[in-house]
Amino acid sequence: MSAPDGWEAVIGLEVHCELRTRTKLFCGCRNAFGSEPNTNVCPVCLGLPGSLPVLNEAAVELAMRIGAALHCEIRPSVFHRKNYFYPDMPKDYQVSQYDEPINVDGYLDLPDGSRVGIVRAHIEEDTGKTSHVGETGRIHGAGHALVDYNRAGVPLVEIVSAPDITTAAQARLYAAELRAILVASGASDGRMEEGSMRVDANVSVRRVGDVRLGTRCEVKNLNSLRSLARAVDHEIERQVGVIESGGVVEQQTRHWDEDQGCTVALRSKEEAFDYRYFPEPDLVPLDPDAAWIERVRASLGPMPADRRAAVTALLGGGEPSDARSDQVATVVELGLDHLVTAAASAGVDPALALARTANEAAAAAEAARSVDPAAYAALLQMEQRQELSATQAKAVLAELMAGGGDPAQIAGRMGFEALAADSLAEVVAAVVAEHPDEWERFCGGEAKLAGFFTGHVMRRTQGKANGKAVAAELARLRG
Amino acid sequence: MSGAATTPALAIADAVRRRERRAVEVVEEHLAAIAEVDGGLGCFLEVTADQARRRAAEVDAAVDAGRDPGPLAGVPVAVKDNLCTQGVPTTCASRILQGWHPPYDATVVTRLAGAGAVVVGKTNLDEFAMGSSTESSAFGPTRNPHDPERVPGGSSGGSAAAVAAGLAPLALGSDTGGSIRQPAALCGVVGMKPTYGTVSRYGLVAFASSLDQVGPFARSVADAAALYDAIAGHDPCDSTSLHQVPPACGPAVGSGVGGLRVGLVTELTEAEGVQADVRRRVAEAAEALASAGATVDPVSIPELRVALPAYYLLAPAEASSNLARYDGVRYGLRVDGDDVADMNARTREAGFGAEVKRRILLGTYALSAGYYDAYYGQAQRVRTLIIQAFRRAYEDFDVLLSATTPSTAFRLGEKVDDPLAMYLSDVCTIPTNLAGHPAMSVPFGTDGAGLPVGVQVLAPALGEAVMVAAAAVLEQAAPPTSLPTVAAPTLTGAGTGRGAATGGAR
Amino acid sequence: MARLARIALTEDELDRYAPQLASVLEHAAQVAALDTAGAAPTAHPFPLRNVLRPDEPRPSLDPQVVLAEAPAAEEGRFRVPRILGEAP
Ligand SMILES: [Mg+2]
Ligand SMILES: [Zn+2]
Repeated sequence: MSAPDGWEAVIGLEVHCELRTRTKLFCGCRNAFGSEPNTNVCPVCLGLPGSLPVLNEAAVELAMRIGAALHCEIRPSVFHRKNYFYPDMPKDYQVSQYDEPINVDGYLDLPDGSRVGIVRAHIEEDTGKTSHVGETGRIHGAGHALVDYNRAGVPLVEIVSAPDITTAAQARLYAAELRAILVASGASDGRMEEGSMRVDANVSVRRVGDVRLGTRCEVKNLNSLRSLARAVDHEIERQVGVIESGGVVEQQTRHWDEDQGCTVALRSKEEAFDYRYFPEPDLVPLDPDAAWIERVRASLGPMPADRRAAVTALLGGGEPSDARSDQVATVVELGLDHLVTAAASAGVDPALALARTANEAAAAAEAARSVDPAAYAALLQMEQRQELSATQAKAVLAELMAGGGDPAQIAGRMGFEALAADSLAEVVAAVVAEHPDEWERFCGGEAKLAGFFTGHVMRRTQGKANGKAVAAELARLRG
Repeated sequence: MSGAATTPALAIADAVRRRERRAVEVVEEHLAAIAEVDGGLGCFLEVTADQARRRAAEVDAAVDAGRDPGPLAGVPVAVKDNLCTQGVPTTCASRILQGWHPPYDATVVTRLAGAGAVVVGKTNLDEFAMGSSTESSAFGPTRNPHDPERVPGGSSGGSAAAVAAGLAPLALGSDTGGSIRQPAALCGVVGMKPTYGTVSRYGLVAFASSLDQVGPFARSVADAAALYDAIAGHDPCDSTSLHQVPPACGPAVGSGVGGLRVGLVTELTEAEGVQADVRRRVAEAAEALASAGATVDPVSIPELRVALPAYYLLAPAEASSNLARYDGVRYGLRVDGDDVADMNARTREAGFGAEVKRRILLGTYALSAGYYDAYYGQAQRVRTLIIQAFRRAYEDFDVLLSATTPSTAFRLGEKVDDPLAMYLSDVCTIPTNLAGHPAMSVPFGTDGAGLPVGVQVLAPALGEAVMVAAAAVLEQAAPPTSLPTVAAPTLTGAGTGRGAATGGAR
Repeated sequence: MARLARIALTEDELDRYAPQLASVLEHAAQVAALDTAGAAPTAHPFPLRNVLRPDEPRPSLDPQVVLAEAPAAEEGRFRVPRILGEAP
């Protein structure tokens, strides 16, 4: 959906992404999700009196990878303190980069051909996690709150786009593409559901042709691509509604309420904070030399757009269907396209390789990423040679992802001996003989009865038969 | 027989390492002196008697086993209570941290242990090291051992007074704008602010991070140099720690000032408000250096006049941020409230004293939108001007000489309600903090009332060795001074070596 | 300022601090009035750059030790009064 007739939206996104380091930004505590509360904390990330930060080299390197992937200029940078009180922030200031960020002035090309500018991508520390406890479990009316500082000090990169986005769909596309780039560059796991990628949207509207920007609102709490698109759509509609009914859009921070499907005001500009930024005296400036920057740029593999093109090329011929495009996007986004490539170059039908990867492998992406591509290719070859049925191949793949090994041995261990062609013919003939009526109807053109016969063959062979081989045998018998 | 409380630190360490004295005896003598005298002085907020005894026994055991416990073997050290000590209360003399037990040791505390020293307790200070008299401590003032009606200076007043009174031969303090040198001058002991970055700040509770530096107190230049050598050195836990090997100061004691070019800084000596007695002593100190072979010339550095106002923008600004964490959530005091913001505000209202609140407000103002450029940003540029001015001066001079403080010890209560007057007592010490340079105060005679006067030796970055050499010459040439009227029994009336032989009670 | 600094000052304190701060700020005006054109701001006395540590885990604290210092704790976490409003 785009803006109502006569209106256009101006949208910029701020994305916070947690970096995949072993330790936090300024201390040696583990950067881990899901630990027992307050177990990954030390004097530094708890902000205990006297403690001092020391910058994590890997976090800097990953931030530079993001900058390089987004075509940014990588610059000397300075950390500042952003001062405000909040109980999830141990020092009551956040160490962040302010007017001298590490990455500036890049861009991101979307699959629809549009380009979105990247204003900056800077390093900062994450806060702890607050849970509200009380009658309603929500902020208002909560009796008290509990704070866990495991996440405090986890390295973040905040990526600020230019206000180049005009629709909710484009906003969603941007976030999806950015996520794919973050994963591809090795900087982040991009998991929105675990909060390792968080999106805020700045939305304003204006009448088509108007060059002045409207008053913007910042929408927070967008926990999925779907919420992002819904919230942006709602916010555009709301702002247009306000103006068309003679009102004025107030500059506000708004919260997306997923259940109600609307945004609600959190605070207005008058309540805006005075963060009193000043250079963090406990850290020194960051000034990566040209050699380091070059090393980072050189080590960056192909980005999702190139990789999507590579997989699409394997499929051959013309524009792929929407379904195919989705599969391509999925395998690239999850970092599984090398499996497709490996299988295809081993002679597996690229469409089969893509389907297995986009469905079965993608369902357990983390495990699939560690699968040996050669073993994966070998498995799909067995399936293609009809030594394994699709069902069997999926079962073997599950084993392969769980513990690795040789697919032929796994198949053997699972009792998936390939059914010899002659014994398959015997079984099919027997099933046909037992169901003469159905056979007659099948021969008369009732094609869906193929499933009926295949089911019986499968039952009799305990699933060892290959579906395609059964179909081929049925077709041969029918003549 | 002279007791340990009068013996130089290096003599104690020497005797303990040779097994001529036992660390446990040394510690007992000092604990006894503390028990006897400190009730009237208020140097210590916490005496760590049991730990000190255990630690001393370990030192003795090491000696017995043929191991060397280190250059400060068995030497009692008093530690300013803004340095973290694992499991031992660390309060910064503030109610807001009362009862807090840090789960870690400051790097300097670890280094003390590594050198064989024995921490005997935590000393009083101005709350969060903000002050020049140790009167802003939430737990009562420390008194000057030379006159208990007078302040010991601050903020490291407890450490300075403890060393002066013979309760510990060595102490650690911290110096943000003069908090080691000013109390050293007022208490008649040696105090040294090292080059920024040569001593780790890890575990030093921050006041103004870009200015804070830990340093030694001692009754002699040689002892101060030994303590500096033990605590200095790169620390990977402090990003502002220098990677250079810090200059060894011990060997510089006694190397003399032959051929040294000394600049007598007009702005830090002739300034209005500097007592005539103090000016006279600085002139005598200059003569002493000249007669020891240095060339002494006056030097004017006009930029130093704006150091004080620049400091009173920079330090409170950093402090306002550093002290935000005392919010009642994770440790220390909490005063309950309707919601978390209310709880924060009530806790900070109840937990901070007047001086801390004043500086937080001042710093918040200096950083706030619309004022940053005129105040904080401008003060940072002034800092650049001061660094450049010092650089020019050090093209012509190896060290600089000045008064440490405009006046000798003032009376308790005299300046508490006049912040500006109090701030002016740091006018001579602040410029070096802004430049990050080293400086030290050496006792040099008394004023007309018999109160100690300190003179300050300033040096360029990493110039500690030449600074110590000059300080040692001044120490030798210093006019005789009286002993503190309140002091460890073994110190009172006993010969304490250099510079303390005559004079008697005032 | 008191609100920004989150200190619940009393009327009495406000009356006392206002003139004191004014006098300090008046003194500080010397700095504001100075010509510093051409002088870059100094945030650090020495120009250190790129102080980094390797990405190697180090032991964290025992949560019991951490929570023992908390004014209030519950279920392994720090307990605070209700929070009005979200983080900025
Ligand atoms: Mg941010
Ligand atoms: Zn930590």
